[in-house]
Amino acid sequence: MKFGTSQPVRRREDSRFLTGRGRYTDDLAPREALHIAFVRSPVAHGRIAALDVGAARALPGVRGVFTAADLAADGMNNAIPAIFTVNNRDGSPSARPRRPVMAEGRVRHVGEIVAAVVAETAEAAADGAEAVLIEIDEITPHTALAPGGTPLHEEAPDNVAFDWALGDEEAVEATFAEAAHRIRLEVTDHRVSPAPLETRTAWARPLEGGERLEITLGSQGVWRIREDIADFFGWQADRIRVVTPDVGGGFGMKIFTFPEYYAVAHAAWKLGAPVRWQASRSEAFLSDTGGRGIVATVEGAFDAQGRLLAYRVDGTCDLGAYNSHFGQNIQTFLATRVMTGVYRVEKAFWRMRGIFTNTPPVDAYRGAGRPEANLDIERLMDEAARRLGIDPFEIRRRNVIPREAFPWRTPGGEIYDVGDFARVLETAAAEAFVEGYPARKAASAARGRVRGLGVAAYVEAVLGDPSEGARIRFCADGTVELHVGTQSTGQGHETAFAQLLSERLGLDIDRIRVVMGDSDLIPRGGGTGGSRSLTAEGAAIVTAADRLVTGLRPLAAEMLETTEEALRFEEGGFRLAEGNRFLPLVAAVEEARRRGQGDLVDVAARHKLAGRSFPNGVHVVEVELDPETGKIEIVRYAAADDFGTIVNPLLVEGQVHGGVAQGIGQVLMERMVFDDDGQPLTGSFMDYALPRADDLPFIDTFFVPVPSANNPLGTKGCGEAGVAGSLAAVTNAVADALAAFGVENPQMPFTPERVWRMIRKAEERRAAEG
Amino acid sequence: MYAFEFVKPKTVEEAVAALREGEAKVLAGGQTLIPTLKQRLAAPEKLVSLAGVEGLRGIRTGDGVVEIGAGTTHAVIARELAGAVPALAALAGDIGDPAVRNRGTIGGSLANNDPSADWPAAVLGLGATVVTDRREIAADDFFQGLFTTALEEDEIITAVRFPMPKTAAYAKFDQPASRFALVGVFVARLDGNVRVAVTGASENGVFRWQAAEAALGADFAPAAVEALAPPPAEEMISDLHGAGDYRAHLVKVMTKRAVAACG
Ligand SMILES: Cc1cc2nc3c(=O)[nH]c(=O)nc-3n(C[C@H](O)[C@H](O)[C@H](O)COP(=O)(O)OP(=O)(O)OC[C@H]3O[C@@H](n4cnc5c(N)ncnc54)[C@H](O)[C@@H]3O)c2cc1C
Repeated sequence: MKFGTSQPVRRREDSRFLTGRGRYTDDLAPREALHIAFVRSPVAHGRIAALDVGAARALPGVRGVFTAADLAADGMNNAIPAIFTVNNRDGSPSARPRRPVMAEGRVRHVGEIVAAVVAETAEAAADGAEAVLIEIDEITPHTALAPGGTPLHEEAPDNVAFDWALGDEEAVEATFAEAAHRIRLEVTDHRVSPAPLETRTAWARPLEGGERLEITLGSQGVWRIREDIADFFGWQADRIRVVTPDVGGGFGMKIFTFPEYYAVAHAAWKLGAPVRWQASRSEAFLSDTGGRGIVATVEGAFDAQGRLLAYRVDGTCDLGAYNSHFGQNIQTFLATRVMTGVYRVEKAFWRMRGIFTNTPPVDAYRGAGRPEANLDIERLMDEAARRLGIDPFEIRRRNVIPREAFPWRTPGGEIYDVGDFARVLETAAAEAFVEGYPARKAASAARGRVRGLGVAAYVEAVLGDPSEGARIRFCADGTVELHVGTQSTGQGHETAFAQLLSERLGLDIDRIRVVMGDSDLIPRGGGTGGSRSLTAEGAAIVTAADRLVTGLRPLAAEMLETTEEALRFEEGGFRLAEGNRFLPLVAAVEEARRRGQGDLVDVAARHKLAGRSFPNGVHVVEVELDPETGKIEIVRYAAADDFGTIVNPLLVEGQVHGGVAQGIGQVLMERMVFDDDGQPLTGSFMDYALPRADDLPFIDTFFVPVPSANNPLGTKGCGEAGVAGSLAAVTNAVADALAAFGVENPQMPFTPERVWRMIRKAEERRAAEG
Repeated sequence: MYAFEFVKPKTVEEAVAALREGEAKVLAGGQTLIPTLKQRLAAPEKLVSLAGVEGLRGIRTGDGVVEIGAGTTHAVIARELAGAVPALAALAGDIGDPAVRNRGTIGGSLANNDPSADWPAAVLGLGATVVTDRREIAADDFFQGLFTTALEEDEIITAVRFPMPKTAAYAKFDQPASRFALVGVFVARLDGNVRVAVTGASENGVFRWQAAEAALGADFAPAAVEALAPPPAEEMISDLHGAGDYRAHLVKVMTKRAVAACG
């Protein structure tokens, strides 16, 4: 079958996933692989006074026990690099303390790896881990999102890793001084755990008699991990092969090279045998990177008509115990790509301080800074609407960047290429049938429920490496391999990419095989993150496809006995402009192969995007609050989104649904809670409330496409947009419902108890005020 | 998991005998015990499976009683009692997810006596009788605090006998993550009296809210509950999903809702 773009092609990978034929990392581990178990710090902060692995080594079935000292003795570089760091406002570098793979005399979070035990069975490895004796002299942990406390690292005496800022502070202050209205509010965006269905998993084996090493793991791109592991061994990168098979969810978290991967690789190399590890869910909660974790003061200066003149944010964000790969970059550079949202404001200032806490590191989580930034400004718009007595849709109407103002240069330094924010806003209001809201509110009230309406706009910036490659390879068996540098973790890349190529070359989609996740087969790639895959990879695919056609053109001309100029490529072949002669592409491919011109049918190309693209949208949500219990239910949800060109609406809707669900999860129920000792209280799904299908509403999606000018397909990226919209829209809806009780500026998560308490507090305050 | 021995007796007597030798534990649906073993939080030497024991499964109704075999799963109860005792069927049908309901048993839930489990509320709320291999234990005597019951180490529950209520209802407020009861209230009108049993809330496990029973005995209506003070907050569980005062408040709300549901 042939499929063009904009077709709702069903996901080709789903029959594999749904019938148990998916092949995930642990499914592929060799039967004879040894098992590794980690000895993790039971306390959040302390000095290792004693570490005795003798008893563990002596246990039956145990093949090796490794600590930081063993890694050093084997010449390993026991340090995990932070890839992105920032500079302080004063130009000095941020704190960049060493992050060991295994603890070097000091532990800084519960779950930090102290030792690894490798054994013939999982049970023997667990026995070994239990037999390792550790004594830790505890140090008072720092868990507050504020400077101060006992320092985790010498490099940051007050636990402030960086004090970063962007924008013109003075100009902003001057505007504030003269503005008709100044609105100020706190915004908490608490910490969550990405919690993918498939926990982090890795297995490694020596190749070529130990000359090389192969590591298979769930990732969002194999190349960065290959570099990191190679650096750890002090090897050339090509001695490491990283393979990623099917992946059960990543959400940003699986981008990173985690300590366990180095330990697995080291053990396999040292013992000359395959070694496997799969995180239990409890281990995941102790060792996965967290997401979000910010508190901010958000301020806007408005004129008398409610137009935003200047904007500023001053916040602190949680880095956890160490700088993870992108840790410092997220609430700083990445967030400020969209710091002023969809609004016309020209003066803005963003200050963010990163705080080390005795918790696992914090890093990218779906949206990585952009949902957070949108939340801030959308909360401000709502608060301004309420205080200035303007309808929340109306205040946004007055402030959005008008269509004619594009390309729009933001105070954050981005250039929004295209957009029609007003049309998206009107579409959302119409599709959500906002006119009918008063009647629905009355119906809720009749049932003892308080209804709230929330609206939020968002704009996203597609991030990551702007350049990407693709290779198209016609195989002798008639199939076509499409090698890509991105990595599906469940999004449906095998469908979207094949669909694109099928359309471009007129090929049967069933013949196309998308190949990804093997650093030996694919030399380079930017991986998946920042909603870049379709935009960056799609551009590379069409570039490679065009190159393939160009390469075959002389041959086709010869076969049709004409000139190249007389040929058009269309509908899967070369057509002679005059007359009706047609040469199918596959015939040209056959001929090239017959003539030994293999380079014509195996073509690679790279494409670099001209600039970022800016997905945007408006979400409208209605919630019902049960005032007796504090329970909130989402009863209506409409999303109008501009994702530019849509390749496959089915896949896009799926991405929106998933993103919206993660936003709802965070706003209503998900949260990582650590007690003052740094012990996680939400260490399993018994306490960490991941939303389930029946916690979610039906989500109506509407597309308002304005194709991006910055890439050949005009796409914009939809992977993270859902959460950028839902985080703010749901919060605004809950805030609206709570306003009926006099609750001011409520903070998520809106768990039943917290909501009930907010209402009671407001009632008590009102009673006290008489 | 640690290693253990596994036995699968055919009769209750054999099972009891097996329990008496060494550190042994009964295995029913395994929905509580297996996760505990997997996390290495328990290390029995032997598991005595009830899967092959005759006569532990099934539901018999008649003579104003419903007798449920201890090995009957939540799913079977949800299905088979929907007509006869809808309150019990609804309670069973709201436990966990389909996989849990298809394996987990009423006997396992009662023996475990998790302070947030649902069955204890029904058993205490209806004043049921717990039948074991050696005796019959009244609900009022059976539950003895968190994860503690009147059962002896080697005693096996064989059945639970419920009196048929005039009306009964269970109102459960889910703990958002686990969906066990943050607070669950079972209200029953029996011949001559009203019983109100509360799970999920108290630091001492399931309990009867006597003030509500008295008020509802006089006037079986939500308004009768409205007038009551909630149970003492300091006796309620406090955790990250709800502090004592919130749980105490929910006891009242859920009691009202259960009464309203009784019709
Ligand atoms: C994901 C999940 C969600 C759940 N949600 C809920 C919920 O919402 N509400 C709720 O109430 N429960 C819930 N449960 C618990 C579930 O109901 C269990 O099935 C039940 O608590 C134990 O029953 P079991 O048959 O599985 O017992 P097992 O796990 O086999 O045994 C539990 C304990 O009881 C003992 N035991 C078992 N049978 C007997 C017997 N006949 N005589 C004496 N001792 C016995 C065992 O030795 C063991 O100590 C949930 C469980 C899971 C895994």
